[in-house]
Amino acid sequence: MFANLMAWIEKRLPLMDAMNKHAAQYPAPKNFNFWYVFGILASVVLVNQLLTGIWLTMNYEPSGEGAFASIEYIMRDVDYGWLLRYMHSTGASAFFVVVYMHMFRGMMYGSYQKPRELLWLFGMFIFLVLMAEAFMGYLLPWGNMSYWGAQVIISLFGAIPLIGDDLTLWIRGDYVISGATLNRFFALHVAALPLVLVILVFLHILALHEVGSNNPEGTDIKKPKGSVPLEEQSKFQFHEQYTKKYDIVDAIPFHPYYTVKDLVAVVIFLIAFCWVMFFAPEGGGYFMEAPNFEPANGLKTPEHIAPVWYFGPFYTVLRVIPDKLLGAIGMFAAIIMLFLLPWFDRGVVKSIKFRCTAHTVNLIQFAVCFIVLGALGTMPATPINNLIGTIATFGYFGFFVALWLYSKNEKTKPVPERVSG
Amino acid sequence: MKKFLRAFTFGIFALVPLFTLAASGGMDLDKADNDLADKESLKRGFDSYVSYCLGCHQLQYQRYNRTFTDLGISDEDGVAKYLTNGQKPGEHILNTMPAKDAAKWFGSAPPDLTLMARLKPGPDYIYTYLRSFYVDPERPFGVNNKVFKDVGMPHVLQSLQGLRTLDEHGNLTEATGGSMTAEEYDEFSRDLANFLEYTAEPNKLEREAMGYWVIGFLVIFLIFAYLLKVEYWRDVH
Repeated sequence: MFANLMAWIEKRLPLMDAMNKHAAQYPAPKNFNFWYVFGILASVVLVNQLLTGIWLTMNYEPSGEGAFASIEYIMRDVDYGWLLRYMHSTGASAFFVVVYMHMFRGMMYGSYQKPRELLWLFGMFIFLVLMAEAFMGYLLPWGNMSYWGAQVIISLFGAIPLIGDDLTLWIRGDYVISGATLNRFFALHVAALPLVLVILVFLHILALHEVGSNNPEGTDIKKPKGSVPLEEQSKFQFHEQYTKKYDIVDAIPFHPYYTVKDLVAVVIFLIAFCWVMFFAPEGGGYFMEAPNFEPANGLKTPEHIAPVWYFGPFYTVLRVIPDKLLGAIGMFAAIIMLFLLPWFDRGVVKSIKFRCTAHTVNLIQFAVCFIVLGALGTMPATPINNLIGTIATFGYFGFFVALWLYSKNEKTKPVPERVSG
Repeated sequence: MKKFLRAFTFGIFALVPLFTLAASGGMDLDKADNDLADKESLKRGFDSYVSYCLGCHQLQYQRYNRTFTDLGISDEDGVAKYLTNGQKPGEHILNTMPAKDAAKWFGSAPPDLTLMARLKPGPDYIYTYLRSFYVDPERPFGVNNKVFKDVGMPHVLQSLQGLRTLDEHGNLTEATGGSMTAEEYDEFSRDLANFLEYTAEPNKLEREAMGYWVIGFLVIFLIFAYLLKVEYWRDVH
């Protein structure tokens, strides 16, 4: 009976076939390391945000008068409301932790290079939408830092010549940040952007499965059909979509091998996540900022307006450039550079293991500059901080320029034909 | 991979002192050493709050009956003692001072204190603040505060603590003229700070208690998840 039903469905919508194609018979390189868990972790956090978000929406009141009080209502009067809220607020920071790690993995192993440029672009659009989602979500508690943080960022659009003032007015829906702004941010945060995000994640995974996963050595696990003797091919069964064109080597089915391996990673991640959520939900003032424990007040500026930590790197780039318009351009350029990474890199060798020493040095300096920019973004803008920030900004942009220069005629080490590990 | 793991772990732990630094806000505060599990202290703090603070400072997000339950006060006792103006037990802890007038009297309306312990650096701040008033004839109410410069609030607790002054080094002198000894007043301030830490997050103890169970479960689950992985990966190696 059940088998008949399944067959009936399968004939009309090949669900089992899709499951096989994308999980049970998807060839994943067998040498994934620690850095390859962050994609799964990002999906776990995404599901957490969607589910806790839905339940928070049930008791949240999106109005200038009621928003702040409704958060305290959730914290006190809704059963386990405090747990939902902390899951959501900790999840926002965790999302950026895992996404930044995921992006750095891609940079280390050249996962953005041909043929994965489109995959990388989808990923970057996810990052962009995620930043918009986080920015709008941050206004919703209607705390004083929410209010002034949004004030600072929206005012950036005012730097655009001619249309600037009208544009900020259009974004806010009012002459100052007000309940009208809160309403539209709420709509975008809970409906429009999550929808876009989920679609982009879907496309990101489809694009990944079309070109196949990269691995820490950057070798290809799909060899031309008929080029590999049968006894050297992977002994596992893969979906015919992959095997009809290629001989698969050094690969294992994603399910069950990587599902059970990722399960370990997910549990370790959850331990760290729960530790923050249950014992330090404010993250030392970095995940929830102290001025957000008083309601938005347009007449009372917090002593030191700092963006949440995950916007720190881009905020510092904005701040160290003295001109407001140029600063805003610099900030957006910092993000656009990442989009264009596949075209800045003219090299053919993917993994950092086999590329020139200059590349290793360049990537490390980039990571250091990114972290320094992030730390400075949460600190006051003193002259010394601005000096360090300027140097780090040059380091950030310099990474792309240097990469473009040395990757043309790069001295690389020989890449092994097969995965060695 | 081991190198990366080590670097990663180091990075995470390097953040911890940063967190602590940010939390203290650079202010020199006395340690309140309060204990949220000490219900007697919370009850005394609640009682003092209603007697000395509530006239000006509301707790607009905190309900009476929730406070009774959490502090171990029976509803009948609580209603008889604290709801003398016919409020319902489910009401928020409010006062009747009009904010507009209050702003006129004090320069700015006295803030709601429900979340003060999270807005300012914790109960230590409240504990230190309450004990740091000193005589300053230039201020409208004749007092100033060491941790909150030019505060608009008069020293409401002067009859208890007495008055302190600043000596030539800018240090606070012993208080004189109050009905409490310095130790008694410290205890009084500690109870208030404790109560306000409670109102800022009534679920804090429940949250931490649940945390141990959840993490304990995850650690045990991790063992089985790891064994499962090892078992499956026998095929691969």
